[in-house]
This record gives sequence, structure tokens and C-alpha cells, in this order.
Amino acid sequence: MTVHAGIDIGSRTIKLVLLEDGRISKTAVTDATYDPIAVCRDLLADVDCRAITATGYGRRLFSRGRSCNVVSEIKAVAQGARFLSAGCRAVLDVGGQDTKVVTLDSRGKLDKFLMNDRCAAGTGRFLEVMAGALSYTYEQFTAAALSATQAEKLNSMCAVFAESEVISLVAQGASREGIALGIHESVATRTLSLMKGLTLSDTIMFAGGGASNPCLRRQIEAGLGRELYVPENPRVVAALGAALCNGEKEKQNGRRQFDAASDQIVRVGGWRA
Amino acid sequence: MAEDYTRMWTDLGLDLKAHDALLGVLGPLYEKTFMQQTDRPEGMKYFDFVMSEVHGLRIKELMDAKAAGRKVFGSFCVFVPEELILAVDGILVGLCAGAEFAPDEAEKLLPRNTCALIKGAFGFAVARVCPYLAAADVVVGENTCDGKKKSYEIFRDLVNDLYVMDLPQVKSEAGRELLRHECKRFAARVEEVSGRTIEVDALKKAIDTVNAKRSAMHRLAKLRAAEPAPISGLDALLANQVFFYDDPERFTKSVNAICDELESRTKKGEGVAQKGTPRILVSGCPMAVPNWKLPSIIESSGAVIVGEESCVGERGTRHLTGVEGNSVDALMDNIVDRYFKIDCAVFTPNPSRLDHIREMARDYKADGVIQYSIQFCSPYQIESGPVERALERDGIPVLRVDTDYSQQDSEQIRTRVEAFVERLQD
Repeated sequence: MTVHAGIDIGSRTIKLVLLEDGRISKTAVTDATYDPIAVCRDLLADVDCRAITATGYGRRLFSRGRSCNVVSEIKAVAQGARFLSAGCRAVLDVGGQDTKVVTLDSRGKLDKFLMNDRCAAGTGRFLEVMAGALSYTYEQFTAAALSATQAEKLNSMCAVFAESEVISLVAQGASREGIALGIHESVATRTLSLMKGLTLSDTIMFAGGGASNPCLRRQIEAGLGRELYVPENPRVVAALGAALCNGEKEKQNGRRQFDAASDQIVRVGGWRA
Repeated sequence: MAEDYTRMWTDLGLDLKAHDALLGVLGPLYEKTFMQQTDRPEGMKYFDFVMSEVHGLRIKELMDAKAAGRKVFGSFCVFVPEELILAVDGILVGLCAGAEFAPDEAEKLLPRNTCALIKGAFGFAVARVCPYLAAADVVVGENTCDGKKKSYEIFRDLVNDLYVMDLPQVKSEAGRELLRHECKRFAARVEEVSGRTIEVDALKKAIDTVNAKRSAMHRLAKLRAAEPAPISGLDALLANQVFFYDDPERFTKSVNAICDELESRTKKGEGVAQKGTPRILVSGCPMAVPNWKLPSIIESSGAVIVGEESCVGERGTRHLTGVEGNSVDALMDNIVDRYFKIDCAVFTPNPSRLDHIREMARDYKADGVIQYSIQFCSPYQIESGPVERALERDGIPVLRVDTDYSQQDSEQIRTRVEAFVERLQD
């Protein structure tokens, strides 16, 4: 039995995927908190694995002082998508801090990618902040947006300005549901314009936390005029891709690094941060 | 312990406290960026020394030259003809614009959405921390992009003496005539400031001096075509940056010494990166000292930079000035021809730049091109789209990075660069 781990240390959540002989044996998603490394330690307690690859914003912090591979979340999400859907040639990933669009070539290799600008406008975090501005939980927020008949127009995509715009709309007596839908629409518009920067194939996977938002998905699909493929657990696609990268590294290293001796299998839970 | 230059800086009118703060950042940044590299050529020690004395010994040299009656010209652009300045025994130096300094002060004079380079130049000037600016008898501005052209209207009040060169925007006969006129007008100004006349022999010698400096850079550029790359992109960029500050003859000698060393390295098959390391060409806006953010990210993400298609790089140095002719007028024509070839993005259209990027990518065996734009630099940002599409059509992968002088986006840029390097490795 060979276990490969992939850990995606994102800005909002940390995701873990274990691959046992090439099959997913465990997935976990937990909040990143203020101490992501402690969260990783807890997640990895009692995990025995041959190799681990880290991705996401915390990948370097996590890899410090450990024998662990590191891969960008862009390549990771491409690898994960390809594993889940053999024909996948494009991925949209709406995460906490980043929105990215990635294309794969016919061999399934990473081709081109685009990401949002440096601020969190149009990302998952933006939606969370706006839900808070309307005193909704995130689930209430998406449900309200789905129930709205008409969207209020939001002009600003900056989280700070958009929040004051929301407050003005509330003061003008606009419907809360309509504002919620308007916020989703503005994120969808922003996402669509990013997607237009690349030539996308027919099958587009929607990954990341944003993919679990039914209203956002609906708005993007409407704008694209076609359906997106959302995997069962869209948040772990990059962690899965990271886990898959272990195998690739082994191949690249001619299997020297990990196959030289079976005692190279490390007990991750025993590592110190 | 370096010599105490406090007196000199005070005499130059620098704000000592602010200047100390600047040096306090610059030193450690240099240390972190350059000194932790491995397998650096021995010859880079000269550049380490130059950088450690960039506000010290070099300024003292300028002040001594001024005391001996020589004039110092400062500029922000590769369109200012150094040959004309050297012909009257003048000195041309690049002015500080590579870092964010006193941005709040700069923003009192400029809109917030002005490019970092212009804002940087203003910050250094208002805060009185650029000894080159303080030492310059004449600051030579130039009408390149809208940002610079309009900013010089305001910059005029911050410096001793501002002279602005007009520049063509179209490579037509009329454009060449304008450049010829402007070179002649500048020559007259140089003569007036120095109290000397530009003579044929002096101008020939000046052309030789500047050509020698450029030729040394050509030699360095060609050596970087070797696999593995014999010198890091950061060190080569540093040489390109020091090109603007140093005494031309000493610079030429130092670069040639590095080239000798690199030649023996490449013969032995040695380099700074392992064979097979992805090779990157950086193309776009200039990177003035201490703007090392992007190259430092690239070279710590498993890639090596093999060329800079930039004003601080091959765009600025690739053409030599013709030496034929036995009159000032004939040599002036050579100068006009040479500067008219610069493929700055302010020209429209600007097809020779794309040709040059393709040529560099091929000659230096680049696996991919990273296009660097300073935010709000419309000419390069707009050109980056067509350049990217053309190169990708040729099968050359391209990544576009738009950024400014702040460090806050380093990790976001690193993610993009790492993913790009992974794409090149696949």
C-alpha cells in the first residue's frame, strides 16, 4: 500500500487528500485559522504516507524544514481536474483569495493560466465579506440571492467600496435579496471577463470553494451559455492534484528519492512545525 | 568601515536622516538579493563594491570632476545621447527612480495612478535622497510617454536645471528629422553648459568609448546563451544597471573581465544553474536600481534569466553608433541613426521590438518569456497583449506580470511565476 498526501494551505481553508495506490482514501477540509501550521499538524496526525506535496499560499511556510514537495496551486488544480475528468481541458477555480482560470493541453499538461489582480475583489472572501455586510450567514446569503427576482446593480468591485455601496442600497430601501443577487452577479461578471482572456474548451471544471455556491455557478453558467462540471468535492481539487504530483516527482527523480529504501516512508504526524 | 561621506551629502543638500533610512534599506536588500547567490563570478565583486559605494565613492568622483570644471548630466532615459556629453568631457549618470520613496510626498504632486517609476523619481527628488540628482548640473528629460512628458512640467520646479528633449513617436522621415533637430539642439545646449565646442576628434573618441561599453554588454549577453547559464540574471541585470552610473572606461574593463571568466566557465561546462533549468527572457519596462523584485522571484523559483529585453538591458545597448565620417555633422547623423533605432513602446507601430524579442528568445535559448510591466505604463502594457499572442503562436510560452515597487504582491507574483516555470518543465 502506497499513500501519497496532498495538502493545500489556502487563505481561508486547509484541504488534505490522501491517495492510496492511486485512489482517494481520505479528504479533509478545515479552517486555516491564524495558525495554519498547527492546523496542518492536527490534520496530519496519524497519517502515514510515503510522500507529501504542499500547495496553496502556505506551501513554503509548511515546507520549511521538511522533506516535502511544493507545487503551485495552478498546476495542482490542473492535475486534480485531469484526474477527476479525463477530458478536462479547462478549470475555473474560485478560492478564498484568488480566482484562477487554467487551461490544459491535449496531453493534460498545464497550458495557460490567468489570475485575478492582487486584491480579493471577485473572490470567495469578497462574497463572505458581503454576506456579513447584509447580516447573513454565507448559506443564507446564497439562498437569498437565488430567491431574488431582480438584482441590484453594484458598481464597485473593491471589497471596501462595495461594502459602503451595499450600505447605501440598504439605506435606499433596496431588497436584501436583490442586493445579494447583485453581489453574486458582479462576481460572476468579473469571473467571466477573466475567463474570456483564455480560449476555453467545451468541458470546464469549476473548482474551489466558489463552486459550492449554487447562485454563483448559475450566474457564470448563464453568462457562458453552457454548464460547468462541478466535482463532488470541488474544494479539494488542488489538494488532490498536489497528492498526484508526488508520483510525478518520483518519476522525475527516477524513483531514486523514495524507492531507494522502504524505510524512507515518513510518519508525517511525527514532524515538527 | 566605509569613508564618512556625511559632509559631502550635507553639501549636496541631501536630507541626511531620510538618506540614512534609504541606505539602511538598500544595504540589507542588496545583501539578501545578491550575496546569497551561489557560484557568482569573481568579477561580480567589482559590482558589489560599486553598489556599496553607489552613494559614496562614485558621488565623490562626480564632485571631484565638477571641481575640475567638468559638467554632470543626469537622465532617466536611454534616448539621451551620451556621446555628445562625453565629447565635451561631461559625465552622464542615471537618476534614482527604481524604488518607492516618500510616496505620500510624490502623490501631493502627481495622481496616485502614475507609474511607479515616475512616482519614484519624484519621491527621491522631493525627499532629497538622490545624490546623483543633487550632483547633476543639468537634468535631461525627454518626451517619451505621456506620464513622463507631463510630469517634467512639474519636475522642473524640483531640480536645478531641467532640459527636455522632444522625441518622435513614429519611425518616419519626419520622425527622423525631429530627432536630428533635437540631437542638434541638445548638442548646442551641451556646448553652452560646458563652455566647450564639440570637435570631431573628441566626438569620435566619445563614440568609441560608449560603443566599447555597449560591446562589452553584447559580449556578456552572448555568453549567457551557454547551457548551463554561466551567470545569474540578477548579476547580469546589475551590470546593466551599473552601466548608467559608472565611469564608462572602468565599467567596460570590469564587464570584459567578467566575460573572460565566463568564457572559461562555459568551456568547462560550468554554470550558475543546473543543466535543464528553465531559461527565461524578461521583456518590458526598465528595472532601475534597486528594482530587483521580479528577477529575484524568478531565480528563486527554479528558473534562470538569460536576457533582458529592456532599456536597462539589450534595448538600451544593442545598437552601436557608426564611427564613419570626418565631420561633426556626419558623426551626428550616425548618432541620430543609432538612437532612432531604439524600439521603445512609445513608438507606433513598433514591430522591431517584437522581432528583437523573438531574436533574443532564439539566440539565448529561452524556454519562455516573462513580460514585465509597471502598472499604469500604458505603452508597454498595451504592447504586451499583441506580443504575448504573437509569441504564443510561435510556441513560446508567455507570462505577463504587472506590478509596482511595493513588496506586498511578492507571494502572488511568486505563485504565477512558479506555475509558469512548472508549465515550462512539463
